[in-house]
Amino acid sequence: MVNSAHSEHMHRKPCIWTEADLKGCSDMELEASGVTVRFGGIRAVENVSLRFGIHEIVGLIGPNGAGKTTLVNALSGFQKPRSGRICLAGKDVTGWRSDALARHGVARTFQAVRLFRGLTVAENIETALLSTGLARSAARARARDILGYLHLSNRADTLASGLNYGDERRVGIARALAMEPKFLLLDEPAAGLNIGEAEELGQTIASIRDDFGCGILVIEHNMALVMKLCERLHVLATGMTLATGTPTEVMADPAFKDAYLGAET
Amino acid sequence: MIAVLVDAFSVGGLYALTALGIGLIFSVMRLANFAHAEFVTVPAYALFVLSGHPVIMAIASSVLIAVMLALATERIAFRPLRGIDPATMLIASFAVSMFLQRLLVFAFDSRIKPVDPLAVLAGSVRLFGAQINLLKLTTMVTCLVLLVALTVFLKYTRFGLEMRAAAEDFTMSRLLGVRANRVIATAFVLSALLAAVVAVLFSAQTGFVHPRFGLQIVIIAFVATVIGGLGNLVGAAVGGFLVGVVSTLLQSFLPPDLRPFREAFLFFIVILVLLFRPQGLFPARGLKERI
Repeated sequence: MVNSAHSEHMHRKPCIWTEADLKGCSDMELEASGVTVRFGGIRAVENVSLRFGIHEIVGLIGPNGAGKTTLVNALSGFQKPRSGRICLAGKDVTGWRSDALARHGVARTFQAVRLFRGLTVAENIETALLSTGLARSAARARARDILGYLHLSNRADTLASGLNYGDERRVGIARALAMEPKFLLLDEPAAGLNIGEAEELGQTIASIRDDFGCGILVIEHNMALVMKLCERLHVLATGMTLATGTPTEVMADPAFKDAYLGAET
Repeated sequence: MIAVLVDAFSVGGLYALTALGIGLIFSVMRLANFAHAEFVTVPAYALFVLSGHPVIMAIASSVLIAVMLALATERIAFRPLRGIDPATMLIASFAVSMFLQRLLVFAFDSRIKPVDPLAVLAGSVRLFGAQINLLKLTTMVTCLVLLVALTVFLKYTRFGLEMRAAAEDFTMSRLLGVRANRVIATAFVLSALLAAVVAVLFSAQTGFVHPRFGLQIVIIAFVATVIGGLGNLVGAAVGGFLVGVVSTLLQSFLPPDLRPFREAFLFFIVILVLLFRPQGLFPARGLKERI
């Protein structure tokens, strides 16, 4: 269902923008331009540029240690870039704190999920909803809606510490959704799920884009899921952009085949 | 027997409220607030200053003073240190505690002052065939009511939910829009409310205040917090009750010769508990990672 949309997204973005391009992304985009992050002497992300709009699902892939999470950290305000800019809806937001970015529509999930384990599932969602200005009772009702949407209604009153792995990840997504994001960054949402669960999660992510009208950037190792879900891919290796384009384009890219799938001559 | 139980639970209740006051602040900002002692002492002095005025007014003023003191302490001493390692904050709270204590000595000298805020409750009632001290009964009931009220607050109100989220994972709660300043201020206000109630009830029992008035109860409450599991509110309450009940039972059932050494037995039990449960009876989650 998602694949049919590929033709609309055939335009291939350049890897690096010129200085002129850095002057503000469009109203509908979240953008990293020329972002570099270093830890001590190690460069985790080097001059990476990536942008995605609402209604778009972009896959961020690459081997372990490629800098995917670091880039997501930079986009969500958890990591200040050494150089480069982060731009949200036409505004330069470089150096903004994560909570400020979250208030302005950038929500994310974590590999480690990080639910409030001593709170119930519904309370986890309600906490996020309160920040959107809802009263507690309204938040409670809305939390039920969101949980229903993610097929988690029967888990509403379970303590988060008692969830199984798959449900835990869904609640993490539900909590991010509760912040009414314009841009949703998912860090390995399908890690540890079996094939069926991953498939189901892929459908959920696609429908989130349609129903909530937000752009989604997803870090994922499950290539089957990525190929099916994403309209565009951005490949990182050792902190640098290796390839970008539609999944078919990327798969055909010799550099990608070489680095990511291993040399197969 | 019933008299002993009421006695035990009234003492335990006071420790529980004090331990909760400490626990509330610890859970949201990892500050072991030693100055909680003065959050108890200062309102007790307010009762002394206002003795002679209507009881309700004296109590209301001392609660108000405790809350203002707590907010001022947070703003002046602890907010600038926020996010610094817990050991530094602990030392800072020692400093605040000493400062306030010396201030009281300076203002009132260090001799004991008589207070009797709840003289109306001097009598006793007959209950289930036992003479029950009315003040102790009131203490026990007040503590239980406050525990229930606090639970309802934490469970069903907006601020309560935000506090619990912040206590679980402060960074994450901020990301989700919980305002750090507000949640910490709420913790200090609640902590001060509990401290003021303890001040009223405890001073009514002892009948006097002195500059180290709060310290004696706060030291024990700290032990209770550790026994219950630092950073866990249920643990703090249970630990408080446990310590109070055990020390009262020791007082009642130890042979008279050994009663002066009651505390030694109490702390021996504390050591035993910590030997087997070093994290306390109800360990808090996620104590390691911090803002």
